[in-house]
Amino acid sequence: MTFPGSLDDRDAARAVRVSGGESVPLWHADPDLHDVDAVILPGGFSYGDYLRCGAIARFSPVMDSLVAAAKDGLPVLGICNGFQVLCEAHLLPGALIRNDHRKFVCRDQWLRVDNAATRWTSNYRAGQEILVPVKNGEGGYVADPRTLDELEATGRVVVRYVDGNPNGSYRDIAGITNEAGNVVGLMPHPEHAVEALTGPGTDGLGFFFSLLGVAAGAPA
Amino acid sequence: MARVVVDVVLKPEILDPQGQAIVGALTRLGITGINDVRQGKHFELEVDDELDDSTVTRLADTLLANPVIENFAIRRDPA
Repeated sequence: MTFPGSLDDRDAARAVRVSGGESVPLWHADPDLHDVDAVILPGGFSYGDYLRCGAIARFSPVMDSLVAAAKDGLPVLGICNGFQVLCEAHLLPGALIRNDHRKFVCRDQWLRVDNAATRWTSNYRAGQEILVPVKNGEGGYVADPRTLDELEATGRVVVRYVDGNPNGSYRDIAGITNEAGNVVGLMPHPEHAVEALTGPGTDGLGFFFSLLGVAAGAPA
Repeated sequence: MARVVVDVVLKPEILDPQGQAIVGALTRLGITGINDVRQGKHFELEVDDELDDSTVTRLADTLLANPVIENFAIRRDPA
């Protein structure tokens, strides 16, 4: 999906192709999802991050269709700004605020996969540690203590920062899922870790393999 | 025409790094006695006189503020 101001949409499309899938470009102003099997909301600065990150994108023409499809089980992955859009659209709880240290962070980051049962993480082992880039200015995940307790108790924390929290996220949370496990949002960028030439490794491939593996087992 | 003002601030329990940056700058200005700053957003809406309060509340609750992390206050300014 491309919004005005998206910048990692091409990388996300490439990651899908590198993983063996077919990428279909979607445009925010077109409410038709064109029968895709999954949607990736990419990183970037949709609408210039005006008002709040993701706040304007949430009201794009495509979002009504996307929210309805996600509630019907369509796999949706939100990366960085895409995670912010998913929170603003209330498909995921909580919100992302400015990094606690007030600086933009861009580095390779170790994550632990806490939930390997979602549509986007089944290719990993629970507890597996992966190295992917993180790059954000407003990546601090926050929610009220009750929401955080519920996320932890129901296994909905998907990935957690290890070896240092880059942005002040509560309880080192890097990514979460909805109750059904089809919608996942995370601040780090698995799509930037799919080729050794341009990333810290290929640990990010698992997100895309997970989706394709599930789709391959489903009836046509 | 009437003017409606909506003020949005982060909830008290949410960290405000921008407010903290301002506090840091205050000490460099030589100003003392200010212990905390919370930064928010201020919206001025020019609206039809007959626009009801519930519409403005809906606007503030769905777009101008994110109720997960922010509180908002609405007031009608006398023209």
